Amino acid sequence: MLRLVQIEFQKLWLNKVSLVLIFISFILPFTVLILSSIKINFFGFFTLELGELGIFNFPIIWHITTFFASYFKFFFAIVVVSMIGNEYSNKTLKQNLIDGLSKKEFVLSKFYTIVFFSLCATILIGVATFVIGMYYSSYTEATIIFREVEFLLAYFVKLVGFFSLCLFFGMLLKRSAFALAFLVILYIFEWIVFWVSVYIFGTVDAAFKVKSFMPLESMYNLINQPIQRIVMTKFPEKADIMYDYGVHWYEIAIVLGWTAIFIFLSYRLLKKRDL
Amino acid sequence: MEPILTINNLTKKFGYLTAVKNLSFSIQKGNVYGILGPNGSGKSTTLGIVLNVVNKTKGDFHWFDGNVSTHDALKRVGAIIERPNFYPYMTAEQNLKLVCRIKGVSESKIDEKLAVVGLLDRKDHKFRTYSLGMKQRLAIASALLNDPEILILDEPTNGLDPQGIHQIRQIIKDIAAKGTTILLASHLLDEVEKVCSHVVVLRKGEKLYSGRVDEMINSYGFFELKTENDLALLEALKAHTNIGNVKVEGDLITAFLNGPMSASDFNKLMFEKGIFLSHLVKRKESLEEQFLQLTDNLN
Repeated sequence: MLRLVQIEFQKLWLNKVSLVLIFISFILPFTVLILSSIKINFFGFFTLELGELGIFNFPIIWHITTFFASYFKFFFAIVVVSMIGNEYSNKTLKQNLIDGLSKKEFVLSKFYTIVFFSLCATILIGVATFVIGMYYSSYTEATIIFREVEFLLAYFVKLVGFFSLCLFFGMLLKRSAFALAFLVILYIFEWIVFWVSVYIFGTVDAAFKVKSFMPLESMYNLINQPIQRIVMTKFPEKADIMYDYGVHWYEIAIVLGWTAIFIFLSYRLLKKRDL
Repeated sequence: MEPILTINNLTKKFGYLTAVKNLSFSIQKGNVYGILGPNGSGKSTTLGIVLNVVNKTKGDFHWFDGNVSTHDALKRVGAIIERPNFYPYMTAEQNLKLVCRIKGVSESKIDEKLAVVGLLDRKDHKFRTYSLGMKQRLAIASALLNDPEILILDEPTNGLDPQGIHQIRQIIKDIAAKGTTILLASHLLDEVEKVCSHVVVLRKGEKLYSGRVDEMINSYGFFELKTENDLALLEALKAHTNIGNVKVEGDLITAFLNGPMSASDFNKLMFEKGIFLSHLVKRKESLEEQFLQLTDNLN
């Protein structure tokens, strides 16, 4: 396993483009996080301090940081599709196999790298959230601090799932640009499924249930948008804006299921293919 | 004899096209083998199958004594296919380090192998800056990293300039001289003739011949003859039992032998019949002529 990760790391590390993208995908969420946590003075007219909105309070901070940080996953998604696309366009995939890497090892080396990267991203976000939270949060009791750390788990699963999807598209289409375009197509397809379900079942709720089994929607559902929750904390008396923002085991199970399917299909595809 | 690779009834179909048809042959340790065939005869497909990048349709093959998986066997094999494939953004040395990691061998041999192919002074240059000849030599260095028991080369001189071709052939000869088994696929007959001791001839995916290069055709050779009196000579050739086909091109008559006969015996015979030859040469077919004869016979 270490050998496979080392092989993939050398490929990524020496490629300037992927190195820059990896760097961005780590650094950018941090910068945003730190910028948003400092007091910004707009030329003396007013000061903007997001911390005063209470969004850096435990436990809601776990929810907010993981939700917004997950948008930066697109940078690494480019790395994932290009690490497959490049192997095809340079024909190095063929050479790797001839040199004695099995097809299974090839897919696993990509998958391990994805898991490793997701783990790093999760740990970094976890540490950053903890530090900022400790600094701003009004509540610092251990029970409150760690009440919603499951958002970190959801974040990790979301990243692994999404990158596995990218890996599969990369394998399927062999070209990075096509693979990224397919993500958009899948997004549209999921909405089509949604509207067809509305037509069949008659209710929007049922249609959303169907859509929640689709890959992109299931990943999105892991961490629901936190805006409504922030509003809820300001107006606790308004019951009609209540919603279920928690991380549920079945949400994680669906995404892990898709991850397994994508990795397995990638392997099957490579196995069947003549290079 | 120690078998390195055994192929049994291997078949590969691409849709309706049969690229390799019921192919069987085996490769023994210590020989230099050539796979000879025109473009599209299934050479690369066959190599692709045994190297695990193309899926077979039918039949089977096994490496060494048959007790190792193809995946493990490939770590004892060195192979380059068609054109050199490396990561353009890595230097030669970095590329070879990656190959070492894949093959699971130590990186200590990198400099030694780069020296073998004469690229040691360019090892810190990026692969994309290399000329085709240098890329091909780097590919050979990469294939040698694990001190393979067999080196597989698919059209190693394709697209190279004369100097490049010469360099690659010299490297191949040096490697062969050290006792490494070599399997060389090529459509260049003189290449195979110069380098190989055994040959497998393919045409449209079918095996036409496999065996030693010098025994490729059970041929007794042929005479090239010239004389003043063509008609009498043709008459005499027709009457002789050891002479098969006779070909006339201008004033040159070529007589193919069915049985053994020396040039001096033939000369004596003609002299006795009152035919005086102005030109008499006994020759054996070159590999090229043998190859054309082999492929023609089936048309």
